[in-house]
Formats: sequence, structure tokens, C-alpha cells
Amino acid sequence: MSASVEIREAEDATERPLLEIKDLAIGFTTSNGEVNAVRNAHLTIMPGETVAIVGESGSGKSTTALAAIGLLPGNGRVSAGQILFDGDDISNASEKRMIELRGNSIGMVPQDPMSNLNPVWKIGDQVRETLKANGLPSGPDDVAKVLSQAGLPDAASRAKQYPHEFSGGMRQRALIAIGLSCQPRLLIADEPTSALDVTVQRQILDHLDKMTTELGTAVLLITHDLGLAAERADQVVVMYRGQVVESGPSLELLQNPQHPYTQRLVASAPSLASRRIQAAKELGVETDDMLAPSETGVVEPSKTDEVLQIQNLRKVFKLRSGLGKSTDFTAVDDVSFSVKRGTTTAIVGESGSGKSTVAQMVLNLLAPTSGKIIFDGVDTSTLNSKDLFAFRRRVQPIFQDPYGSLDPMYNIFRTIEEPLRTHKIGDKASREKKVRELLDQVALPQSTMQRYPNELSGGQRQRVAIARALALDPEVIICDEAVSALDVLVQAQVLNLLAELQSRLGLTYLFITHDLAVVRQIADHVCVMERGKLVETGSTDEVFESPQQDYTRALLNAIPGAGLMLPPEVEVA
Amino acid sequence: MSTYILKRFLQLIPVFLGATLLVYYLVFSLPGDPIAALFGDKPVNAAVAANLRAQYHLDQPFWIQYLLYLKSIFTLDLGQDFSGRPIATVLGEVFPVTARLAIMALIFEAFFGIIFGLIAGLRKGKFFDATVLIFSLVVIGIPIFVLGFLLQFTIGVQLGWAKPTVSSAATVPDLILPAIVLGLGSFAYVLRLTRTSVIENMNADYVRTATAKGLSRFQVVRVHILRNSLIPVITFLGADLGALMGGAIVTEGIFNVPGVGNRLYRAVLSGEGPTVVSIVTVLVLIYCLSNLLVDLLYGWLDPRIRYDS
Repeated sequence: MSASVEIREAEDATERPLLEIKDLAIGFTTSNGEVNAVRNAHLTIMPGETVAIVGESGSGKSTTALAAIGLLPGNGRVSAGQILFDGDDISNASEKRMIELRGNSIGMVPQDPMSNLNPVWKIGDQVRETLKANGLPSGPDDVAKVLSQAGLPDAASRAKQYPHEFSGGMRQRALIAIGLSCQPRLLIADEPTSALDVTVQRQILDHLDKMTTELGTAVLLITHDLGLAAERADQVVVMYRGQVVESGPSLELLQNPQHPYTQRLVASAPSLASRRIQAAKELGVETDDMLAPSETGVVEPSKTDEVLQIQNLRKVFKLRSGLGKSTDFTAVDDVSFSVKRGTTTAIVGESGSGKSTVAQMVLNLLAPTSGKIIFDGVDTSTLNSKDLFAFRRRVQPIFQDPYGSLDPMYNIFRTIEEPLRTHKIGDKASREKKVRELLDQVALPQSTMQRYPNELSGGQRQRVAIARALALDPEVIICDEAVSALDVLVQAQVLNLLAELQSRLGLTYLFITHDLAVVRQIADHVCVMERGKLVETGSTDEVFESPQQDYTRALLNAIPGAGLMLPPEVEVA
Repeated sequence: MSTYILKRFLQLIPVFLGATLLVYYLVFSLPGDPIAALFGDKPVNAAVAANLRAQYHLDQPFWIQYLLYLKSIFTLDLGQDFSGRPIATVLGEVFPVTARLAIMALIFEAFFGIIFGLIAGLRKGKFFDATVLIFSLVVIGIPIFVLGFLLQFTIGVQLGWAKPTVSSAATVPDLILPAIVLGLGSFAYVLRLTRTSVIENMNADYVRTATAKGLSRFQVVRVHILRNSLIPVITFLGADLGALMGGAIVTEGIFNVPGVGNRLYRAVLSGEGPTVVSIVTVLVLIYCLSNLLVDLLYGWLDPRIRYDS
């Protein structure tokens, strides 16, 4: 599955496509009548070939793939077109025919390893029933063999465990084992690794590659990540709002995108970007100048350059292990770094590396076990309640989930006004004026004020969260995975907005993320954390160009598409 | 696991003491003189009354009465009821009858509730689902004594399919109709609970994955939907066993079942403290034990919450 640019015609012309989707339309019955989720979709997969469908959420990529295995949700149906599997139209095949095909002809690896294994059955049972349902031998040895082929160590005893005893990566290996256990001719992999850490993601994808190559399995890979698609697939199909807008050999498509949407996707794919967003320089202002005016009276010119100093920070959690006993778990271990005013420092690491715990301690939401956090020359642990109130005004958070961090019962005006009212700033009229200004700053129309969070898209909600964080004119903003939940295009818009606000307002960001590609775009300094320890710090360029630690190198290598060469300038339509 | 069970048994001690104390105090504070009531219309003989009061410790203050009662429990001599029969014997007569009735009701509600709920859930929004839902609402809406008399009259008296009242032996065939009446309300709850739970699980990702493995619809339902959906239902059924035992008073009254409810009702009316407290204490213990059983079953059904760590 190398990303070689092979022309279809060069292959054996007599070979029949394994899967061919022609003019496919899929409709969903809703209370407002039938809605078309997919229109005129077409794609072809030759035996043994890997084809990726790329698109943002809601583009119809998963729906198309589910139709191929007859698993559309109850209210969805194929309303036009054909799905030819090995020459046989299965778009409206009987359930009996689909049961025959599923498992041994068409396998599936689903998206979320946390929810796709039944929590009440042992892993081995869930593999065994797959073998049994497809008429294959299903003894304990067969189950262990299938699991160990998927790269699960010590498979025989692991098979006796339950899903909750497995890590995310192990669960995904079990799901790959299930998907490939009957050696299907086509494997549908629906975002198989998007829920996993970037290093685990690479291992799993490499293994999946190896297995499908050995077995000669064709793969239909669904992903939102263009870099990942280009790296793993021979052909890429780009979907946008239910339609296939472009398709072709992956590298060709990446280097010479034709459709405006593909061009935007290539331009904003974080995994392919290689430069810091330069909003400050474009505006022609030095960040230092922005600090001088001190409009709010909070920022004073005499303040130290290092707005935030973290010294030997440690956090130990007590884990209960029954009957009053407890074991210590060190989530953050002797972490020290400092953040310069007006810059962005990123903390990167896999889940469980302690990066969010650091953020919570900096926000003074969690007390450190030992060590100091010095904000603007003052140790934050010594603050009394009045000083803490003032501190909260100067340090604001933006959280990951824009769905969970806005109160659904508050309209947008009330959401953004709340911090102003809490801190008793201005009267009603001036607060309303401020909210209007903030909405302008985050490029939302002022009419948004009357709307409620559920009426806004994810990107709009995250803009509201940013406006709320800016309401108190803070100096430092802690972004805890602030763009992780967003689609790539929206992510790029929000990152641009953050960079622009930084240069206009002289903000300091502490950016917590697991995504090194995002770090590259936004950060000046990088702190790499592994299992609670700070393993490497440095400027973004240093860390990306000459990483000193194996762990950092592993993280960098794991960025999908990192090794792909792109044309230096991609025109954005 | 064994430490967990031991801990749960130790927790029964405060529950036992609290329940007996509370119930004993409530009976003690009932208005009226139980001994005077024993004489009925006849004039009260002061000497006999004083004798009886001494025999049942009714002349003692509340704390002494309670402690004497506790002592009698630990010496396994529960004393006598007002008709002079040992309370232990009375308990031995009434509890098996009510236990039989409650277990029959439980089997009825579990079996039919789960089957109807499963089918309704799988056919959400279809005719069967709508019919069953309306039926369950009607059953929940009508009080049990109305349902009881209605079924007793139509099935017992008019159609003659079952005996309208229960013989003193209270055999299993005798108890079929009362058990259905007793279990009917909970049957509707089990049905609705199973239905909701099935609908929730049907949309779970692992059910879709199971279908993608090539399993037949029947296998998917049996292995992946049913077991996962039963977890909340089992919790309800376990707690319901205790409620059925204590809540059979109305049903036992309608069908004249010689069980706990009947005897407890008479004991409350005549102010027989020790009898009331003995019956209620056994009911409380059954309630606690059935809850323990539910928690153990829960761990067996859902491996994520096993108690061995």
C-alpha cells in the first residue's frame, strides 16, 4: 500500500472491481420528509487496493461506507444507484444475503474502540462468535491465533479478559482481529484510529497495513485526515456535503487539488502545515508594543517578562485500592518551565501524560502536592479569596468540548456577559456594548446574541467560548485541547483567530494538546510531557527540527503525512 | 468477594436494630389499650387485665419492653400472640404462604414483562408496541384492589376458570390468580423498563459491530441486546421481591390468602406489639437480603462492577 502513483489502466484490464459504487443516493426519513445524505456518490475499489474517503463530519463518508455493508441506520435507505460487490448489486439485497456477506466477505473495523465492544462479554467470546457465525473453527486456539495476528501480546490469557480491562489501543487491536478474523475480501475501516493517541495510531495503522497486504484484503478507509489518507491509500475520494467532489491517486490529488474544497482541505490540514501562523508579523506590530498601553489597568509595563513560572510542580493522586488502602499515583512529577508574556507555550503529550493536570493547577482549580506556580511574581497558592478572584480575572480557560462548556439554558449574550457581571464590571449598557465588541472580535454576527448554544455549530460555539474568555481582558488564556473537537477547516479558522487575537491584544497562551501538528501552527515554545515528567522543552523550531528525545521523535514520526512532500504554496480558493 | 459479602452482612445489624426499634415504638404509641380491646363488649376484669399486662410486659416502660423483646429474639423465644400461640409458630405458618405467592408473582412479572418488553422494544413505534404501552398504562393507572375484585369476579366467579378464594392450604394452583393480581403492577413496570433499555441498547455501537460480524438477527438480540438490557430490570426485580412480600396485604385480603399480610393486619388492629415487630423485622431482613442478591447478580451480569478488587 505504498502511495505510489499508479494509473488504473496500467493494471490488469480484465480484472473486475471488488466494490463499485455508482450514482449512489442515500436518503434519511425525518419528520420534515426525506433528506438526502448522499447524492451521486461513485467509487471503485480493485481487489487488494486501499481507497480512502476523506471529508468533514456530516459529509456522508461514513454513510456511504455503511451502505456497502448494509448497516444504514433504521430510517436511512438507498434511494438510487447501485452498490456492486464483485459484480453483484447489493444496494437493496435481502437481510439474509447481507448476513452471508458480512464477516467473511466484507469486514468492518469501527471508529470508537471504547463503545464498539460489548462490555459484558469477554474479548475471546466476541472473537469466537464471529468465527462461529461464519462457519470457521472457533476453539480457544483459533481465537488466540486471530488475536495474536492482530498484534495482541499474550493473546490466550488476554482473551479471557473483559473490554474494560483493555487500553484503547488494545481494544482497537481486538476490533481489527474481529474485522479480519474471517479473512474478508473487503475491509471497511471507519476512522479506525481517530480515538487513539498519535503514537498508538501509527502502530495500529502499520499493523493493519501489514495484515491487509499479507491477506490481499482491499480496504475502504474512512477518515477526516487528508494526510493520513494520502499516506495510507492508493486512491483518495473527497466527499463534501454528500457528494464526491474529487477523486484520484492520492499523491496526485494532494499535490494538485482541483476542486476548491479539496484545495481548502489541503491548505488547512494541520498535519501538512509546517509553519507558525504569522498573524503578528502580517499586522506589522511587535507584541511588546501591545503591552504598553495598559487599557485595562491590569497590565503594567514594569511587570516581569515571564508571566508564568512553574517550579518543580508535583501532583500525587491517591488511588483507592479497597479497604482503606491506597496507592500513590504521580500524575505530574517535578515539572518546571516558564511562559513569556505575549507568547504561546504548548504542552504536548499522549493521554495520561499529565498535561491537563498541569493546566488545572495553573488555573488554580487543583492544588499542587508540592512546587510553585508563580503568576506575575506572586505564588498562586498564597492567594486569599479576594486575590484569587482578581487572579481569575487575569487567567481564563477555553476548554475542549464546545458542547459541554456552554450552558444550554443561557443565550449567547448572557453567556458572554456572565463573567462581566460576576466581576461587577460596567453597567448594563456598557456590558452590552462590550459583548457586541467581543462578538466582532471573534467574527460572529451581533445577531448571535439572542441565540442559544444548540443553534450554533461547533466552530461557532468555540468562538463564543473564546469571546467569553476574552470578556475580562485576561492576560493569560489556558487552552485545554481547545481545537481538538473541531473539523480541520474549522480548526484552522479558530487557530487563525487565536493567533490574530494574540497579536492584537498581546495575549499569552498556554496551549494543551495531543496534536503536534497544531503545535507547529500556534506555538513558540513546546514542552513535551511523558508519564507526568517533562522530557523536552525548547522553541518549536528546535523541537521539530532536532528533537533530542526518542519519545519526541516517536511523537513527530507519528504525525500522519509528516513525510509527504507538498508543493510550497497551495492556493486557497 | 467474600469480604464484600461479609461487609454486607455486618451492615444488616444496624438495619435490624433500627427497624425493630422504630416499629416497636410505633406500635407502642398506638392509641387505645390492647388489653381492654381483648374483652370486647364484656366488662374489664381488673385482676385478669393486670395479669395479662404483666404477662406481655405491657406494664413496663417502653425501653424495658423493647429490651425484653430483643432478649426474647436472641433466646429464640419470640413469646406468644394474644391467642396464646407461640409467635415463631405463627411466622412458620404465614411466611411460606406469602413467599410462595410473592415468588409466583415475581416469575409472572419477570417472564411476561421481559418478553413483552423485548418485543415492544424491537418493534418500537409499531402496532404491538403501541398496544402494549397503552395496556401497561391502564394497568399502572388502575388501583390493585379494583383489578383484584375485577379479576376475581370475571375469572373466578363468572368464567369459573379459577377458585375465587384460596383454601387454607394455599396450594400453587390456588395462588395463580392472586399471584397475577399481585404481579400485574410490577409487570407493567418491568415491561416498560425492558422496552426502554432494549431501545437504548439497540442503537449501541457494539450492536452494530455485532451485526457487521455476520451474526443473525436472533443471535444479535439474544447475545448483545438482551443481556445488556436486563441489568436495570434485574435491579428492579430484586427490590420488588421485598415489596411483593410486604405489599401483599391487599391481595391477600381480596382472595382471603392465609399469609403474612392478613396476619399482620390483624396484629396491627389488636395492638400485638411483639407479633407486629416480628413480622416486620423478617420482612425488613428479606428486603435487605434480596437487595444483596441483586448487587451480587449485578456484578455477575456486568463485569465492570465486580466487587473483588
